Amino acid sequence: MELFDNLALGFGVAFTGQNLMYAFIGCLLGTLIGVLPGIGPVATIAMLLPATYALPPVAALIMLAGIYYGAQYGGSTTAILVNLPGESSSVVTVIDGYQMARRGRAGPALAAAGLGSFFAGCVGTLILAAFAAPLTEVAFKFGPAEYFSLMILGLIGAVVLASGSLLKALAMIVLGLLLGMVGTDVNSGVPRFTFDIPELSDGINFVVIAMGVFGYGEIISNLAQGEEKREVFTGNVQGLFPTKEDFKNMVPAVLRGTALGSALGILPGGGALLSAFAAYTIEKKTKLKPGEVPFGQGNIRGVAAPESANNAGSQTSFIPLLTLGIPPNAVMALMVGAMTIHNIQPGPQVMTSNPELFWGLIASMWIGNAMLIILNLPLIGIWIKLLTVPYRWLFPAIVLFCAIGVYSTNNNTFDVWMVAAFGAVGYTFIKLGLEPAPLLLGFILGPMMEENLRRALLLSRGDWSVFVTRPLSATLLALAVVLLVVVMLPSVKSKREEAFVED
Amino acid sequence: MPNGLACAQNRGVPMNEEKRVLVKNQKDFFGGLLFTAVGAAFAYGASTYQVGDAARMGPGYFPLLLGVILALMGSVVMVQSVIKGHPDGDPIGKWAFKPLLLVLGANVVFGALLVGVPAIGLPGFGLVIAIFALVIVASFAGETFNLKEVLVLATILSVGSYLAFVKLLALQFPVWPSFITG
Repeated sequence: MELFDNLALGFGVAFTGQNLMYAFIGCLLGTLIGVLPGIGPVATIAMLLPATYALPPVAALIMLAGIYYGAQYGGSTTAILVNLPGESSSVVTVIDGYQMARRGRAGPALAAAGLGSFFAGCVGTLILAAFAAPLTEVAFKFGPAEYFSLMILGLIGAVVLASGSLLKALAMIVLGLLLGMVGTDVNSGVPRFTFDIPELSDGINFVVIAMGVFGYGEIISNLAQGEEKREVFTGNVQGLFPTKEDFKNMVPAVLRGTALGSALGILPGGGALLSAFAAYTIEKKTKLKPGEVPFGQGNIRGVAAPESANNAGSQTSFIPLLTLGIPPNAVMALMVGAMTIHNIQPGPQVMTSNPELFWGLIASMWIGNAMLIILNLPLIGIWIKLLTVPYRWLFPAIVLFCAIGVYSTNNNTFDVWMVAAFGAVGYTFIKLGLEPAPLLLGFILGPMMEENLRRALLLSRGDWSVFVTRPLSATLLALAVVLLVVVMLPSVKSKREEAFVED
Repeated sequence: MPNGLACAQNRGVPMNEEKRVLVKNQKDFFGGLLFTAVGAAFAYGASTYQVGDAARMGPGYFPLLLGVILALMGSVVMVQSVIKGHPDGDPIGKWAFKPLLLVLGANVVFGALLVGVPAIGLPGFGLVIAIFALVIVASFAGETFNLKEVLVLATILSVGSYLAFVKLLALQFPVWPSFITG
């Protein structure tokens, strides 16, 4: 079996002492930052990106992937113990997880989240490995028209499946695309929107946007709300292991969550957040067994299912990135940026030109998931301690890490001024209720979209019908239209709004 | 909203009152305005570059297209915000200028002190002093400010950053002021 040969190659790469260490450091740092409330995976990855600059590409990507999972695991710990989602995909975990903690069952809740995630991570990794090769074959058949249509589909999908107003999300994408235009035009060499500032001729640094909008914007907004009364369940996390009864309830929920998450993760715009929401909704719809705790009052299924789903989803959302080079969500957009810094152009060619990197990364995902179990369950005490650190000590440290991270990207103070500007922009977005994730996605895809549009129309001599006369491209565009039409149907529209309301 | 409206009437501020009646969703109105303005600005900027046609796109073609689309989307958001909206007008609420300025200011101070700003003749003070400045400025954004506590925090962060970023990760930072180390 080719799959197993490939995985063997991957494990060979990942199981070197050095790479294991980087996977471990990545998971550790990711959890450390992810546990902090109000700092999501995007800001976490942006903040920790500089830590990988000095590493060889394989090690750097392994570490980044570790940071990503770590941030997600950390987020669920915060959700369960503090009633604050550490990051958005833990929003639903808060509901039942916190109730379990209040009833003295924080241990089983954490274990359910950890074990469920681990199982989902294993399945997700296998799916990723199995799908990667065939999808890459398809990708090689893509011309510029197909790529352009695929990006349209990806961007539409990303906002359709996200929460909030569709039109505003689309506008945020376009804004992101426009910001991506800043810098030297690759075809003509003309500097665009640079205001004669030499530092802008390479374009706006994506770390600056991610950090300013996601990091500083959130910190400022947190500070503005004042320090809420937080109840942290620190004392009583004994009895980590779930009971037999818990296991009976958990297993089917984990299986359902994993299946759902794996499927949704592949979709553009899917990934962790949507998977978690969908999984929780499904669990709520299933019948309660006699004697089972109702949802919203500490049902273990309400923790296990969304946590499995978000981990499976975050795993499979690597598929479009690694095979097509198209990031399906904001975190993956950041991974594109990270790969570019290490001189890897994400896309189908990575698998053929750098098989050890490709399969090594996939294998390390499994290893990372295993490490997180080790990090999170026995070491839970350390993370709990971290949660008791008051915010007035935490936020200056976070501001510092952001500042150091931004400066060290290019060793350039210009980026530091820029991040301040984008911090103000990010806070404005929060005040105006504009979701920033689509902006980052648009920003990363902007130059790629322009390039493919140009090439497609150059080949067709300016004939726009090329996008609908080529069957693959037409199919992709038709899918995008269908997605748009479906969410605008009144019945779906109300369901969609309902699904994203936290209750 | 009843409160805000009553207040506005009591104090006799017609402007405020008028806005409340006109705009049914304040957040969306200004969001739309932002999109329209930025879109128009980009479109204008793009039109100063060579635009070309679809077969031979100049540097201005794609941004012009996007700028126009964004401006149109923004206008629709604005129009919608006037027609339908939240029962309470979805007000933007107060801007937290204090944390905004202090957090971003801390960041700027850090950058300026770290390597200096030659344009205004500020020498580089290095990582340690920059960290102290950042932590002190940022801490003013919190609800309480305790100088002793802040200094302890800054010391811990300085030592930690030196070990992690300079020693372990070998990132290039000037650690001490340039006029001391030369």
